Amino acid sequence: MATYTDPPTESFRLSQLIYDTRYRSMTIQVVAFILVMLALVILARNVVINLGALGKDFDFGFLFNRAGYDINQRLIEYSNDSTHGRAALVGILNTLLVAFLGCIMATILGVFAGVLRLSNNWLVAKLMSVYVEGFRNIPLLLWIIVIFAIMTESTPQPRDFRGEDAEASMLLFDSVAITNRGIFIPAPVWGDGTLLVVAVFLASLVGIWAFRRYARKRQEATGDILPVFWVSLGLFIIPTLAVYLAFSAAIARDQYPLVAVGAEQGMTLEDYVAENRNPAICALPSTAGVNLSSALRGLDQRADILRVGSAAELQASVASGDCIIAAMPPDMVDEFTGAVDGVEVATLADTVDRGRPLQFERPQLAGFNFEGGVQLRNSLIALWFALSLYTGAFIAEIVRAGILSVSRGQTEASYALGLRPNRTMNLVILPQALRVIIPPLISQYLNLTKNSSLAIAVGYMDVRSTLGGITINQTGRELEGMLLLGLFYLLTSLIISGVMNIYNNSVKLKER
Amino acid sequence: MSDTHAESALATAFVRKDMLPEREPPVAEKGAVKWLRENLFSSVLNSILTVLSVFVIYWVLSHVLGWIFYGIWDADSLTQCREIRDERYGEGMEVACWAVLTDRWDQLTFGFYPSELYWRPVLALILFLGAIAPVLYAELPRKLLAFTAASPFILYWLLWGGSIWGPIAVAAGFIIAWLVFKTAVPIIGQLGAIIATVVVPILYWMFLAGPLAGVIDGILPIGIEYVPSDDFGGFMLAFVIGIAGIILSLPLGVVLALGRQSDLFIINKFSVIFIEVIRGVPLIVWLFTASLLLNYFLPPGTNFDLMLRVIIMVTLFSSAYIAEVVRGGLAALPRGQYEGADSLGLDYWQSMRLIILPQALKISIPGIVSTFIGLFKDTTLVVFIGLLDPIGFSNAIRASTDWNGVYWELFIFIGLCFFISCYSMSRYSQYLERKLRTDHR
Repeated sequence: MATYTDPPTESFRLSQLIYDTRYRSMTIQVVAFILVMLALVILARNVVINLGALGKDFDFGFLFNRAGYDINQRLIEYSNDSTHGRAALVGILNTLLVAFLGCIMATILGVFAGVLRLSNNWLVAKLMSVYVEGFRNIPLLLWIIVIFAIMTESTPQPRDFRGEDAEASMLLFDSVAITNRGIFIPAPVWGDGTLLVVAVFLASLVGIWAFRRYARKRQEATGDILPVFWVSLGLFIIPTLAVYLAFSAAIARDQYPLVAVGAEQGMTLEDYVAENRNPAICALPSTAGVNLSSALRGLDQRADILRVGSAAELQASVASGDCIIAAMPPDMVDEFTGAVDGVEVATLADTVDRGRPLQFERPQLAGFNFEGGVQLRNSLIALWFALSLYTGAFIAEIVRAGILSVSRGQTEASYALGLRPNRTMNLVILPQALRVIIPPLISQYLNLTKNSSLAIAVGYMDVRSTLGGITINQTGRELEGMLLLGLFYLLTSLIISGVMNIYNNSVKLKER
Repeated sequence: MSDTHAESALATAFVRKDMLPEREPPVAEKGAVKWLRENLFSSVLNSILTVLSVFVIYWVLSHVLGWIFYGIWDADSLTQCREIRDERYGEGMEVACWAVLTDRWDQLTFGFYPSELYWRPVLALILFLGAIAPVLYAELPRKLLAFTAASPFILYWLLWGGSIWGPIAVAAGFIIAWLVFKTAVPIIGQLGAIIATVVVPILYWMFLAGPLAGVIDGILPIGIEYVPSDDFGGFMLAFVIGIAGIILSLPLGVVLALGRQSDLFIINKFSVIFIEVIRGVPLIVWLFTASLLLNYFLPPGTNFDLMLRVIIMVTLFSSAYIAEVVRGGLAALPRGQYEGADSLGLDYWQSMRLIILPQALKISIPGIVSTFIGLFKDTTLVVFIGLLDPIGFSNAIRASTDWNGVYWELFIFIGLCFFISCYSMSRYSQYLERKLRTDHR
């Protein structure tokens, strides 16, 4: 007969909190929690006392007050009458702009350099090593300053472009000017039919997507391979180009009449501007305005183009005298005969072309600077190029490591199956390499975004310079400003790393 | 019949009976020609790339070499430099004016450190190199590590000066901690001993170390001239901030990584929050926080050195990055290692110290070193909160009338110094990786 005794039932003793591993972790955690909370409470208390001593409060109301400073580069409407909140928004957009441009260029540079560093051409591989090591081992700040100095010190002044035998000349058929005030590039101007062209372009993107889907299904079903790349390329270019050219052929040569304030009926443009020098002009569509301004330039006149969006706006601008020559569709001229709201207007003898769906307005030398087109400021260029070159060097290493991480056996096995090199690359190597490349690539994008705060070195107005710089200096709200600034960067990081985690989970090797 | 046929066939057949003498390989298959064919002109595309690269290299060198090597080393100002240039090479030739480096050498390297005390930073650098040598190269005798342990206090005293008793009183805290640990373990057990080891020295530093140093200094004043942090500048500043950050951030980073991998829920979450918040915000924002906001968080009336604040911020910043790198190493270890350590009966700290961390840190070496390189490069950012690092001085030098307009010489010099430091760090990490590799491939 087996007898057994119950193990003695232990009562809980206080010393178990320290000596018993079952409870010890709880003790440690509770102590740690209390200590951290205590530290936070002390910090908060210090903040309250210090703020009180300085007579400040904790209030985000300053965001709705007038900012009172100008921002030289803005993607949305902003003037010094706007609020601090609006200034912060302008800064955020500028940060995102340079981060976006930088990510694109860094990826291109990085992929090129990474692949070329693996090239079997000794010289090219060494050159790429020099690039990668040079940028990885020298502070980004120095590169930003160096590129800024190159842009401001080694490029010609706008006046060097003047005259018969000018010291400097514009690039790419007189459409790009590199000056010490920035790079001037042509600006796109939307004309009639832009919407149609864009719609066709979007439709062809959908078409490409549908075709690729169809091709993949068909390959899986039958094994036949369709020429996906060439068809995609064709779909990408041909329909949009065809519509653009057809539209241009149909309407570009339409002649749009000009209506001028205080002119005599049937006057020539030349006679009119002889009296009204350097007139302000407005036009519907905008491309007609560009054509008018180039016609005026032929007469040695500079024109201020006033952008108008609708017929009513055009009429109002003429009535208020903001523009004195207006180009418009012929059927609108009737509303302008005689007088507009009391202002005498008359139709000129000359006409201008209606313009193509999309035209580019070239920068032109006028006075001491270039006008028209888009000015890419030196600060933007320096920051953009330095960030891209610097991050590109890191991306090059990531790409190289990714390609090397796919073992040679994969290539050989794929050749043994009879796949040709390009298919081996697309179907075997790249999918495996991308799994290694993408996560660190995204963290490099994140680094680039955070490094864009070095904009302070060249005076680029990013969110740190507006919200974290001038706004703080003007309002004295360091605590609130830095908190918002930190939150912006933190949120950006968390969003991007959240996306990265989702991607990682989707490409992770599925194991048991 | 068939035999004769075979014999006649044999008679007419040619069979070589002796070896041919070895011949030289074809010209295209040996030496430089072969190398060129294989490495530079293996295909049409490669040939085009080679020609393009040669053109690029030629174009760059032809513009830069003369500028560098005809450079002028003896002048007091840029104007004088230009006069010398016109005199030597005639007008229109562009040459470097390296004289700015010789003229402003002291500022670029030492900042405003008193010039009669330059021997102190130089000696500190030599001592520092001596102190890290046994850490970097395992072949050196282990006894040298005692000097390494003492070096932070010696270096601090050499750089800032003042009474010698301050650093000694602080160092004594560590000895006290060690003594407390040794005596407490048998009495109150391990956990209690660890807590006592942390608490006692902190209390000592807070309440006893300062007065103690003061008293001893009153009795026996030994000291050297005190140099305030404001006088630090140039590369010395970059090195002090960078090295202090590197030394302090590694242990903190390892602790954070352990916290993030910990099973203890609260510790884990605190570590995650700390790491993510620090990493999510750019360093420059943290530096501005240190210079603008830190006073709000300190008890009223306290204030401390801007340089110390910067070192703290840089340390916290890079420890968060190191924590992530080390976490990668910890995660990469097979589970069997953790289980093996547990089955040997090792407790948490023993298993970490003896089994897990040596392997995890080995895996993370490249990442840790590249974080250090990043930290060293990031020391340039202190220019924005008013410390005069090399880039700050390059702006200051350009602002003076003598050297207004000097750009590239300063940039090249600063870039070269950073390149040498960072590149040697990355070469060292490659050496260490090779040395610690155990997979016998």
